[in-house]
Amino acid sequence: MAIPITYNLRNLTVRKATTLMTAFGIGLTVAVLVADFALVNGLRQAFQSTGDPLHVLVLRKGGTAELSSAMSRSVYRDMITNPGIARNSAGEPMASLEMVTVISLASIDSPSGMSISVRGLGPIGIELRHVRIVEGRWFRPGHREVVVGRSVAKRYPQARLGNQIHFGKGMWKVVGVMDAGQSAFNSEIWGDLNQITADYNRQDAASSVLLRATDAAAVPALINSLNDDRRLNVTAVREQTYYDNQTSAGAPLQILGIFVSIIMAVGSCFAAMNTMFAAVSRRAAEIGTLRVLGFSRFSILTSFFFESLLLAGAGGLIGCLLALPLNGMTTGVGSFATFSEIAFNFRVTPSVMLPGLLFALLLGAVGGLLPARSAARQEILVALREG
Amino acid sequence: MTKYLPLILKNSLRNRKRTGLTVASIGVSFCLLAFLLAMYRVLFYGGQQTPAQALRLFTHNRVSLAQPMPASYEAKIASVPGVQAVTSWQWFGGVYKDARDPKNFFMRMAAEPAKVFTIFSEMQIPEAQKQAFEHDRTGCIAAKALADRLGWKLGQRITIVGDIFPVTLELTLVGEFDTPNHDEMLIFNHDYLRESLPPNIRDIVSAFLVEADTPHDVPLVAKAIDTMFANSPAETKTETERAFQLSFVSFLGNLKLFLMAICGAVTFTILLVSGNTLSMAVRERVREIGILKTLGFTPGTILGIILGEAGVVAVAGGAIGCALAAVMCGMLRNAEVGMQFLKLLRLTPAIGALTLAVAIITGLVSALPPASRAARTAILASLRYTG
Repeated sequence: MAIPITYNLRNLTVRKATTLMTAFGIGLTVAVLVADFALVNGLRQAFQSTGDPLHVLVLRKGGTAELSSAMSRSVYRDMITNPGIARNSAGEPMASLEMVTVISLASIDSPSGMSISVRGLGPIGIELRHVRIVEGRWFRPGHREVVVGRSVAKRYPQARLGNQIHFGKGMWKVVGVMDAGQSAFNSEIWGDLNQITADYNRQDAASSVLLRATDAAAVPALINSLNDDRRLNVTAVREQTYYDNQTSAGAPLQILGIFVSIIMAVGSCFAAMNTMFAAVSRRAAEIGTLRVLGFSRFSILTSFFFESLLLAGAGGLIGCLLALPLNGMTTGVGSFATFSEIAFNFRVTPSVMLPGLLFALLLGAVGGLLPARSAARQEILVALREG
Repeated sequence: MTKYLPLILKNSLRNRKRTGLTVASIGVSFCLLAFLLAMYRVLFYGGQQTPAQALRLFTHNRVSLAQPMPASYEAKIASVPGVQAVTSWQWFGGVYKDARDPKNFFMRMAAEPAKVFTIFSEMQIPEAQKQAFEHDRTGCIAAKALADRLGWKLGQRITIVGDIFPVTLELTLVGEFDTPNHDEMLIFNHDYLRESLPPNIRDIVSAFLVEADTPHDVPLVAKAIDTMFANSPAETKTETERAFQLSFVSFLGNLKLFLMAICGAVTFTILLVSGNTLSMAVRERVREIGILKTLGFTPGTILGIILGEAGVVAVAGGAIGCALAAVMCGMLRNAEVGMQFLKLLRLTPAIGALTLAVAIITGLVSALPPASRAARTAILASLRYTG
């Protein structure tokens, strides 16, 4: 017969201070793990929502990043006749020649300057993306005007609406702030393709072409026909694949976070063991009594083991609560693919809290096993006499 | 107080299991704390800066590292007053053997052999090998640690297949150098690379290394170079080698804040664990403390004895933590992961002292509430106590 759970709950509440302190210790460990997962989750979300399943990104042959790619206008003109490319309501091919470069701006976090991506593009390029202006207006073709992503406006004081920023051959006026949902475009500055290429003397050397396929089934065919065309000499990939690969920018932080939480877990495990051993020795007489009442050694073992799980579970909940305020907080990480900073939000979702809770339970299981076994092993008479 | 030391030691060894678990728990936490502090030091203070390193400046394109500069800049930089020597410093990515094995990752830089030894004045290399490097077009020199790690001997043929550059380098190892700051580097002749490249990318360089005459000249030279190229198509950014390395760290995200947050969480966990143990110990000894008081021990002495016990446990944990952290740093230093900064990871005496100081402070602070409660409790109340 099993010992009722209320017995364990009451025991945990009787020694409130000890229970809370131990649970809090486990909670901090879990919080570090959950925060780490939330960071990687946010980064992944940012990149995943950047790519559209219908989109194909075209780079120079063998190119792996827009920044180091080069694309001439003649190749672009040859490419857009491909029948796999969708057309907009005006009948124009949904293809956008774009130039990407990186500039350095002072941010709140690093006053010495962080790199951010600048993208030159035309009206079709904007039409292809799911972005909308939240403040101000779009840049006008032929003007030295730029629109900045929401997180750029937030993190870089120089790049706020109405300010001027300096890059290329002179000043550019910030005329709008765009919202690109969760995507990486929030960390970019957009301007007119012709103006930007002229500033960098790259009129005939843009970076990449973004295409929309007519439908999902046409995507592989479009990619193959572009890759196989020796005349074009380009590499085409799904836009989603391109951005998925960039999630690795968060790998160093992810590894550090996991490493730290594992070491902290070892410490918390010892602490949980300590608390459970104290509980066992304090309740020696109770254990003896329970045995006299007819509870088996196994019932005692499971009861103490379960109490440890409860304690750790409470710790896990505390940890999730501690990490919760991080949700939605913005941070940035540099990507070696773009040589620029991507801003993204921590995302504390159930999918990152669940591993945290399981981790806490595992801690409780490891920490509770030895004390529970020692409780079960006590001889009735000795236990009764000790109390 | 020292005359009570035997009593304090006896007290702390009374419940060996509990003391052992507590020391283990906080030992692991202190190990993490010391390790994170060592990381912090390496990342943000970069080990120590040698006098030679302090004279070295790094000039790259203001826009980003991925953007090249005209090779003609070199002559212009050389003419700046205060410049002792300058060399092109071209990053050559490429693949050595199998790129998937992180062991095969190291820096491959193209430079001018005649200038390298002036600029890296701290480099220790036999005169004959210097001569060989300056005269052998396909010769290269490597850090001794790197050569040892990959089992290279003088005369070794080293093939590196280019990725950014459409070139395969066939190099011969002609020298091995010793230097405190660059363990993972191979330097080869820039002329060899230049000759192998197609004309359109032959005369561009990704960076220059500049040696200033005196430390006083360093900021002046940096300013003069950047002013000289201001408003040109390729503006420059010149910073000390150290500042440049730090800018790479900022790429990993807001690491400073993350490391500090984790250190805070770890310290707080230690506080909880140590406080929990002490209050369990004190609770068990209430009667005994009452007896001590009847024997004439003053509240102050009792406070001291309990605080002393906390101190002993904390110092033991701190010492074990430092020892573990030193082992961990050593393991990472020798790990073949090819990350330059890990080679400098060291548990310095200062970090050890800091960790021990934190140990003593957390030990005393955590013990203060239970200790002062014990010291204040009236004799009769404590003798009556049945816990």
